[in-house]
Amino acid sequence: MKRQLPLILLFLFGAFMVFQYFVPHESSEFFYEFVALDWPPIIGVFALSLGIISLIRMSAKRVRTRTPDWGYSVVTLAGLASMIVAGLPWFGGQESPVYKWEFQYIMQSILPTMFALLSFFIASAAYRAFRARSAVASVLLVSAFIVMIRFFPMGPLSIPAASTASWLLNVPNLAAKRAITIGVGLGIVSTALKVVLGIERSYLGRD
Amino acid sequence: MDWGSVISTTIAAFLTLAIFSFLYKDNPFYKFAEHLVVGVTAGYWVVIFYYTVVMPNIIERLQQGKWWYVIPLCLGILMWTRLVPKWTWISRYPLALYLGVATGAAIPLEMKAKVVEHLNGSVALVTYMHSPQATTGGIINNVIILLGLVAALIYFFFSKEHKGAIGLIAKVGIVVLMVGFGASFGFTVMARVSLLIDRFQFLVFTWLNAASWLPWYYWYTHN
Repeated sequence: MKRQLPLILLFLFGAFMVFQYFVPHESSEFFYEFVALDWPPIIGVFALSLGIISLIRMSAKRVRTRTPDWGYSVVTLAGLASMIVAGLPWFGGQESPVYKWEFQYIMQSILPTMFALLSFFIASAAYRAFRARSAVASVLLVSAFIVMIRFFPMGPLSIPAASTASWLLNVPNLAAKRAITIGVGLGIVSTALKVVLGIERSYLGRD
Repeated sequence: MDWGSVISTTIAAFLTLAIFSFLYKDNPFYKFAEHLVVGVTAGYWVVIFYYTVVMPNIIERLQQGKWWYVIPLCLGILMWTRLVPKWTWISRYPLALYLGVATGAAIPLEMKAKVVEHLNGSVALVTYMHSPQATTGGIINNVIILLGLVAALIYFFFSKEHKGAIGLIAKVGIVVLMVGFGASFGFTVMARVSLLIDRFQFLVFTWLNAASWLPWYYWYTHN
């Protein structure tokens, strides 16, 4: 009941989804649209809500128990509450001025800056990675360097640099990306098969 | 610029500088901005999911009298039993349905999109050679793509020891993969640098309004 029934349910739905792909009958298409397209987003949104509830519980606990730096949890909770309240239909929803303000001046300031901050760390990582200790590391160095300089204004060298980068991206890079994508695809299919056949059961957790 | 905009832009600049302050070391300003963005972003996604999933898929359909949408709604609510350790096992039912549909759909779709289509694209060389648009350069490039793909795939093939001819081809595969990794790294670095330039442009030109007091910039934009 606790473990076997979910496994059977998963197998039935999984096997049906594979089957209906190869048998495009009216009834299978109806079931596909009804159950496969409509139901998972509804269940998925409740799964996502677990993350939000977990964030609230964790932050509230830190505030309640006055753990070190608990004040930052108040900031998190305040940010979350203000955004949700401002986004409610009674306060204007997504067109509410507070919602738009928080998106424009808080999210659009902090999130790109966090990604921009990575350029400093990536520079130190590049120093460690790019030290041409072997022929293979040199290939990586040259390839990255050519891609990086392709937009630099270098006078008469700009056009050959851009065309070399373009060739590098469209030919050898394409071969590498295809090999990786094929590997990833086979990995996804084998993992999905393991889940459908009940070999992979870690999602069930422990009793 | 009105006072409202000045204050809002100053707050955005403060938050930007608070994040940059992490370059010195972890500090209260960075922690404040970090915790604030976690809360605000979570709230943002709650609102987005409410309007894109909950509203059209649940509320509107139930209002239209489609009562059978109560079933996925109940299954969704069952997910919350994860929060009560004693009842956690109940959440396995909606999870099983969700995973069953997702993994079952992934098997043929991923096989087609990630394996068959890419193999198809790589062996399109033969078709390309016989097409009227075929050029010598194009054929050479297609041959390099095909050989590069085979070499990289052989590198990932661990069922046979990488010795002799296989070892040689695997070495070529490493070179091909390194070119790909280098290109990806170059792309990532340039994307991050572009964001960095954007943040500095915001600080200098939007917040400090440097265009109005930097003579060289005024000259640059007006000539």
